Amino acid sequence: MTGASPVNAGVLSKGRAPARRLRENAKATPWLFLAPYLTLFGGFVVFPAILGLWISLHRWDYTLPLKPFVGLDNYIGLFTPGSTTSSIFWQAMRATGIFTVASVPFLLAVPLAVALIMNAKFPGRNFFRAIYFAPYVLGVAVVAVLWRYLLDNNIGLVNYYLGQLGLPSDTTWLTSVPWVWVALVGVTVWWTLGFNAVIYLAALQDISPELYEAARVDGAGRWSQFVNVTLPGLRPILTFITINTFIASANMFGQSYLLTQGGPGRETRTAIYQIAETGLRNFQMGSAAAMSYILTLFLIGLSILVFWLFRERKGSSR
Amino acid sequence: MTMSHRRRSARAPLAITAGLASVALLAACSGGTAETPGGEFTGEYDGPDVTLSYWNGFTGGDGPFMQQMVDQFNEEHDNITVESNTMQWADFYQRLPAAVTAGEGPDVGVMHFDQLGTNAARQVILPLDDMTDDLGLTVDDFSETVWEAGVYNEQRYGIPLDVHSLAMFYNTEHFEAAGITEAPADAASFEAALDALQAAGYDTPFWMPSRWPAHMMWLTLDWQNGGEPYETDGSAANFAAEPGVESLEWMRSMIDEGYSPGDVAQDAQYVAFKNGQTSITWDGIWQFNDLEASDLPYAGAPIPNIGGDDAVWASSHQFFLPRQDDENKLDAAKVFIAWMSEHSGDWAGAGMIPARQSVRDSGVLDGVPQAPIVDKIDSMRFIPTTPGIGTVQSETLEIAIAEGVLGNGTPDAILEDAGSRATQLMEENLATFGG
Repeated sequence: MTGASPVNAGVLSKGRAPARRLRENAKATPWLFLAPYLTLFGGFVVFPAILGLWISLHRWDYTLPLKPFVGLDNYIGLFTPGSTTSSIFWQAMRATGIFTVASVPFLLAVPLAVALIMNAKFPGRNFFRAIYFAPYVLGVAVVAVLWRYLLDNNIGLVNYYLGQLGLPSDTTWLTSVPWVWVALVGVTVWWTLGFNAVIYLAALQDISPELYEAARVDGAGRWSQFVNVTLPGLRPILTFITINTFIASANMFGQSYLLTQGGPGRETRTAIYQIAETGLRNFQMGSAAAMSYILTLFLIGLSILVFWLFRERKGSSR
Repeated sequence: MTMSHRRRSARAPLAITAGLASVALLAACSGGTAETPGGEFTGEYDGPDVTLSYWNGFTGGDGPFMQQMVDQFNEEHDNITVESNTMQWADFYQRLPAAVTAGEGPDVGVMHFDQLGTNAARQVILPLDDMTDDLGLTVDDFSETVWEAGVYNEQRYGIPLDVHSLAMFYNTEHFEAAGITEAPADAASFEAALDALQAAGYDTPFWMPSRWPAHMMWLTLDWQNGGEPYETDGSAANFAAEPGVESLEWMRSMIDEGYSPGDVAQDAQYVAFKNGQTSITWDGIWQFNDLEASDLPYAGAPIPNIGGDDAVWASSHQFFLPRQDDENKLDAAKVFIAWMSEHSGDWAGAGMIPARQSVRDSGVLDGVPQAPIVDKIDSMRFIPTTPGIGTVQSETLEIAIAEGVLGNGTPDAILEDAGSRATQLMEENLATFGG
């Protein structure tokens, strides 16, 4: 980096005394540059995270004057079968798990396919790129209300057109398993594939054309080029996309809240859904905070696993 | 309280983190207990100019009527300006305690009666007994159930604005084609009407919703069957008692007997009704506004008496005073509430039934679409105002009714399960709020 050179230039032109002051100030410089972000990071991430830990050790209802310290009771409650919180929380964790496992493969593969197509040269390419990205700019409320009417099994267009095509027209997309999961994963993929696709696309454009040329000279076919040039070229970005997609899927809330209201029963009520209900509607902040920390631990574990899977393997290059 | 009532806005996880953080910050700057209400209420306000922040959840077709009343109030009062802040009810109940705890709450507001207990126990709102005494407001001018609905722990926290119940809406064209001349009023005539409609080619005349307002339909039927869904002292839920099971069985039977398709998802029954795909639907009287604005040939009638006892689920919008320490604002807010209560005739335009007998008798209800429902005001039933009951209901009963209607288990097992969980939650609430 050459960012420091203007400072040095100033030092040289203005003599020694200011130089010392500047050098002393230089210790503060990085902090000053970081200050705006650090303030936000500290205020909205670090402080709430620590306070959350504190809250999770109390029976914390912010509208009540007494917030008794209960130690680890909130956590113990979550691990005690038969308590008011445990079965519902673990059912929600299960729902989050089902959704994550079902959606992540699609959210990794479909955007890659889209990006590969969008990376080819054809007329109207920018138009199609915009089309694929467009749903991502919609809010979850818009997406969910839209699809709730489209997918309704009695009055929705999806079943109507399936019927017109001679396919079964009575699929209960929003009211019974496993269809609710199909609907939630499908809607989520439709909605968010643009984001991953754009990142894939940027990474694809970074892969040197000479590598493809060299591969072709060596007689590599399309598939062989994809496996030996494209995928290795995407590896750095793949770690990011995978972790990001895992976390986004594990944080799913709006879709099930609005499309299925967590139903049938509590089947699609995800962990975040349950945390929001417990903390913000039931005012049981302590229990909700404890749930958040358990979810966080799971996500940290998952992230470590992904990092480990995508690590640089020495000597594994072909 | 329109269709939008249910549509709670989605929050990204980030917002929850931020929400928890801000809540924590709010909690940090809160403290202190309920202030005593302002000076003696005279019905007049002659202090310095004040601006009142007025919170409500009239986001639907009822909104313009409320604004009209507020505008008129502002015109008639030089030294009081009321500014409305309208938001979805679900957000309203989430924000109000946070805002009041932070000292950023409204000066006056309207909420559903079943939230009064919750907010009173959290010291978000103030008792109003002195005000009703000064105003001379008594039960005589209200129906007893509506008036009692504003009381929690033997203190009054709400001044009723209106009462709104479930009603039966039917397609008059379909009824004519089926040769039905009178709206069915009991179980026998209701089933006869459904059979006649089917014979006339309307295959699924009564779509049974699995979601909202399904639990209100169940409550109505439970009361009709002689049940009492909650102990009035808030100690337990009796969902799984005989009348409750019968009610859910009846709801499910509408599907099993072919009057309704299965798996009716959220809002589908109402959309189908507006599209003329179904002939009868039970919904809140706040839908009158929406139906009036449509081209649908329809009429409203009281919910038929299926179970034997004349009863129907109802709720009530009630004015409340949030905790605050500005005496002038408190006094002005009382003037506002008193004025609104007296002028609640205009509120009939929003499809609601004004709570005050004197207002109802003034002729404002002549010819309005909800007029047929008004006679049933004495059979309207309310759930208890126990703190936390709203959440108990949405966490247990609403899910159970959905499961029952979808057929994911037997009614008695589902209600047994939901009832015991509800009782568990209610006991926890009693422990938290001390009854």
